[in-house]
Amino acid sequence: MATGNGNRKSPSNAVKIILVIVAVVFLISWISKATTGMADSTWLNIRDGFLITFAAFLTLSIFSFLYNDNPFYKFAEHLYVGVSAAYWMCLGFWSIIVGNFVPHASKTLSTFFKVPFQEYSWFYYVAFAFGVILLMRLLPKAGWIARWPLAVIIGTTAGFNLSRYLHSDFMSQVGNTFQPLFVDWQGAGHFFSNLSLAADGQLVMSAGNWIVVVGVLCGLVYFFFSKEHKGMFGAASRLGIWILMITFGASFGYTVMGRISLLVGRITFLFDDWLSIL
Amino acid sequence: MKRQLPLMLVFLLGAFMIIQYFVPAQASLDAYEFILDWMIIIGIFAMALGIWSLMRVSWHKIKRRSHDWQYAALTLAGLFIMVLFGFEPIGGGLKSYLWLQFYEFVMVPVLATIFSLLAFFMASAAYRAFRARSLLAAVLLGSAMVLMFRVLPLGPLSDPINELAGWILVVPNLAAKRAILIGVGLGMVATSLKVILGIERSYLGRD
Repeated sequence: MATGNGNRKSPSNAVKIILVIVAVVFLISWISKATTGMADSTWLNIRDGFLITFAAFLTLSIFSFLYNDNPFYKFAEHLYVGVSAAYWMCLGFWSIIVGNFVPHASKTLSTFFKVPFQEYSWFYYVAFAFGVILLMRLLPKAGWIARWPLAVIIGTTAGFNLSRYLHSDFMSQVGNTFQPLFVDWQGAGHFFSNLSLAADGQLVMSAGNWIVVVGVLCGLVYFFFSKEHKGMFGAASRLGIWILMITFGASFGYTVMGRISLLVGRITFLFDDWLSIL
Repeated sequence: MKRQLPLMLVFLLGAFMIIQYFVPAQASLDAYEFILDWMIIIGIFAMALGIWSLMRVSWHKIKRRSHDWQYAALTLAGLFIMVLFGFEPIGGGLKSYLWLQFYEFVMVPVLATIFSLLAFFMASAAYRAFRARSLLAAVLLGSAMVLMFRVLPLGPLSDPINELAGWILVVPNLAAKRAILIGVGLGMVATSLKVILGIERSYLGRD
């Protein structure tokens, strides 16, 4: 691999030919889209044709990675990195600095950015100052000062997460697990005389609650590594794996279907929006 | 000063966030809102730091003419063009035509295609993972198949498969997800406590 100034290979003739062919194909596509466009003016047709052709080019460039890493994929990848970084930066600037800080900081700036001024608050200046201090990380000798704003973020997040996770991920989940193991129990006679396999029947509902309670306990046992998984504990752990496997399979199935639907979306874009053959 | 003040800040703010959760007074809620605003404003500077780092790395690549430096130039070009469009006095801001077009015809196609690309890689991974070599692998395979077949038009089989998929999601899937969430909750509480009490200090870096 060439890494320095010397020893750098120029593209081979085959690569150059491929690049020219791809450029010509997409140029023809652009011209074709521009001439068959439905917009009011020629300029709009040329512009829309270019945008759709470029999006198709980027889509195919990413798909080309299925063959191997190549210049087209790298082109799309690097362009995306730059564009998305700028996208999030601008979004952050307008929604947080302009939307959150400026209305509390300055009337002049609020007028300049056309946002309604709310009221002065020194709290926001402190936050802004902490933000600026965070940028000190770029200075080698003053980099340590950047720990202060970092500490603000970490301390706040830790405190916030402790109560939030304790409430939602622990207490709520534990509370919801303990459902009645015999749903609507009115005695054995009633149970057997109304026995049904319907999804909303007493048997199925009760069995579901049993599976949830036992599944949660066994799943937790599987993740408990302070005791050797032997005997009853090992049996519970093995049952936990079964429950976990069902869940992992379900998650996998869901993810695959999500990706396939995205793939269908991209193929529809290529064949319908770009090539117009659907 | 270099280590003690950050540790103190972490402890004070962490303790404050825990205590305010149990104090349902207006002042406590206002302080909570302020602190969250602080976090957001400071966080945006962290993003600026990341973008500066991206620019610096790309610029060094271009300056040194290192391998694939042209792509670094492309990254910078994309970044500056998008920033230009997003800057209201020049490009028109977030509602400008060019900004929205760049989003729709560059960001959306690339992101959607990258994610859809995973369908191919998952298919090959599935081939390796789903060979029913053991009973547990068969369970994984069966559960995934039921979930995937749920959306296919399979005639008379559609209804039972739908019901089975619904049951899998609501009963065993819920049980395992709960076990995982309880574990995550406990882990998060332990980690947060370690951070607040100053036992976990790796975020301070070396000195």
